[in-house]
Amino acid sequence: MKTLCKTAVVPVVVAAMAAFAFSGIALAGWEPKKPVDFVIMAGKGGGADKMARLMQSVIEKHKLASKPFIPINKPGGSGAEALVHLKQKAGDDHTIMVTLNSFYTTPLRQPGLGVDIMTYTPIGRMAEDTFLLWVHKDTGINNVTDFVKAAKAAGNKWIMAGTGKGQEDQLLTSFLNKAYGLDMKYVPFKGGGRVAKELAGKHANSTVNNPSEQLGFYEAGNTVPLAAFTPDRLPLFKDAPTFRELGKDFVYFMQRSVVGAPGMSKEAEAYYRDVFKKVYQTEEWQGYMKKKSLQGEFLTGGDLKAYWGREKDNHQKMLKDIGEI
Amino acid sequence: MEVFDHLMQGFAIALQPLNLGLVIFGCALGLFIGAMPGLGSVNGVAILLPMTFLVPPTGAIIFLAAIYYGAMYGGAISSIMLGIPGASTAVATTFDGRPMALQGLADKALITAATASFIGGTISVVLFTLFAPPLAAVALAFGSAEEFALMMLAFATFIGLGGDDIPKTLFSIFIGLVFSAVGLDIISGQPRLVFGDIPGFLHGINFLVLAIGIYGIGEMLWTIESSKGDVKISQATVTVRRIIDDLRTLKDTFKSIVMGSILGYFVGILPAAGATPGSLMAYGVAKTISKHPETFGKGNPEGVAAPESANNAASTGSMLPMLTLGIPGSPTTAILLGGMVIWGLEPGPMLFIEHQEFVWGLIASLYVANVFSLLINVGFIPVFIWVLRLPFTILAPIIFVLCIVGGYAPTQDMHDVWLILIFGVVGYLMRKLEYPLAPAVLAIVLGPLAETSMRQALLISNGSFMVFFERPISGPIMAAAIVLFLLPIIKLVKDKFRTRAAGN
Repeated sequence: MKTLCKTAVVPVVVAAMAAFAFSGIALAGWEPKKPVDFVIMAGKGGGADKMARLMQSVIEKHKLASKPFIPINKPGGSGAEALVHLKQKAGDDHTIMVTLNSFYTTPLRQPGLGVDIMTYTPIGRMAEDTFLLWVHKDTGINNVTDFVKAAKAAGNKWIMAGTGKGQEDQLLTSFLNKAYGLDMKYVPFKGGGRVAKELAGKHANSTVNNPSEQLGFYEAGNTVPLAAFTPDRLPLFKDAPTFRELGKDFVYFMQRSVVGAPGMSKEAEAYYRDVFKKVYQTEEWQGYMKKKSLQGEFLTGGDLKAYWGREKDNHQKMLKDIGEI
Repeated sequence: MEVFDHLMQGFAIALQPLNLGLVIFGCALGLFIGAMPGLGSVNGVAILLPMTFLVPPTGAIIFLAAIYYGAMYGGAISSIMLGIPGASTAVATTFDGRPMALQGLADKALITAATASFIGGTISVVLFTLFAPPLAAVALAFGSAEEFALMMLAFATFIGLGGDDIPKTLFSIFIGLVFSAVGLDIISGQPRLVFGDIPGFLHGINFLVLAIGIYGIGEMLWTIESSKGDVKISQATVTVRRIIDDLRTLKDTFKSIVMGSILGYFVGILPAAGATPGSLMAYGVAKTISKHPETFGKGNPEGVAAPESANNAASTGSMLPMLTLGIPGSPTTAILLGGMVIWGLEPGPMLFIEHQEFVWGLIASLYVANVFSLLINVGFIPVFIWVLRLPFTILAPIIFVLCIVGGYAPTQDMHDVWLILIFGVVGYLMRKLEYPLAPAVLAIVLGPLAETSMRQALLISNGSFMVFFERPISGPIMAAAIVLFLLPIIKLVKDKFRTRAAGN
């Protein structure tokens, strides 16, 4: 029994310490009455998870909230599990979620879930992650023209590694196939880090990783970014042109947003908006954005909803193009 | 001796009072986290991650790594004492650890586990210190085809696990594979076997849910039935004398420990594999090379020593791809990787050059963590033994509560709790009908890894199975797996031939 008591004591002590630390704050208006469920629409260790845990750490470090935010991963079904969970929590003021682009694609691909993302409460868009086209340094390819030539010659033997089916990486791959008349084969892997490694280990010919996923290999000189799917060149990769410069008007971002359960009270919405706006402004968050080449202003309320509306239509069109819906 | 200089610098960092304190605290905490069924190192590290903002990054990773490490030691405790694997890494430890405890040899099993963990951990840190950069290249060369070959080898080393009844063993493997197919299929992006979009099935059936159900609830039902109310108390005792005797007989398991350490380390460095396949393979190999394979599963200390040395070695090994490639070798290192992002460190090939203090401080702290985990673990053995001597009528409700909480905690979904209860009843019935359960557990752990890597490799090769045999690394591994698969058949034919010859 002694061992059991010991294990129980640790969390209690931690909780007591946390309660003590937070007891000094008293904000006007609505405040959470219990710990907040901080749902992560992806698995542990992925990009969304890392970002959620960074937000949680920033909130705790700067004591931005009066109650702790407790992360729960719900990666099932490309976020379907998390979306359904939030739908079931309609009207709940203590459930929020970190989301990404599967927020659009999963409900479109699985209409049976009955999820309408426009009913979810917009809290804040924390950043937009960028994408680049990458190849291994040993291929000797360092511009898109050479890439197209090599990929065309290889036909469907050219392997494009990406994360998941019917998601960001595949949308970008199908754009490239269509725009340049290629027949690259898309092979899904679990997680962007794994995809980056497949390229570094030469098991794949190219990838469309986020900068944060390839940064390590890029800095070591293993991989080369060829072009960016952004409107302007990225400060970290000045030599890589944008596809727009190359005459293909295609821009694609991954949202990193926080949403609340549908039907959340106006007071709670205002509270969370305030918390995440503060997170956005912290030195930690700004530094992280700069380092990982993230872009995007803080968006909230009607602006964020309008953004979702545009992106949703956009994704519907892209998914139709590749025959996924 | 550049490495030696680096290591000494690392020790200077790891032995600073704050860092040393963090190691000791982390090991102790990890031990209990690992010992709680369902809590495991993944959740422990995830929960404590934000706390590490209070100390500098090097101290933070040392603390989290110590928890990870301590949890590897701790996982064996509930495997041996309660028969419930505390984490997936400790499944193989139940196979012989539990029978030993039932025979009144719990102290010996615990000491074997602790010592094997210590030796495994130490051998692997030495290997890590000496060969980190070249091994990073090996990890990089491992693609989908190699991964599948490795999984086949893992299945092959386990071929003898199910006992003699081949149809029942096959049934057990296949039902495990079916369970592992539930959830979202990563290749097609479609949900499978979700029974009309039941949301709880979308995240798949977690290994822990099956293991807690079968080993926790199922075992409890079995004990209730087999004891028919007349519950006897386990005959566990511990004295200093017994501990010394136990240590003396440990040399018999030395071969298994060394094999487990090296095997575990190499499996650990491969991305996506991690400590669970490592420990299962070590168990299988230990049984294969043993002179008395028939005693495995009935309380052979080698069956505890091999997986325990392997899972600690693999947890060190999985730090290698995390630090050098930025790819987690296990779920726990995935969280550690997230931590490094929070502290502003970029994992990858440059880390060893740009943040030497961090890397070598971590490596040195692993040596320190090993020593303290061993001391803390051995120090607590009398307490564990005391728990084991509690009457079953008191122990059973505690186990039941632990099972339910452990199943609920990771996903916070009642769906998983119901599944545990169903698996508990099914596991009990299977056991009553003499179906081996270990193959089902093995299948649910290795199945998803094997399936995904096979389909990725086949996509790349345009459907040609030759991809598994042509490549320089996967070819030999596949060949070894096939030989191991055929071994029992060859033996069977040989035995038949011999009996016939004898009959004539």
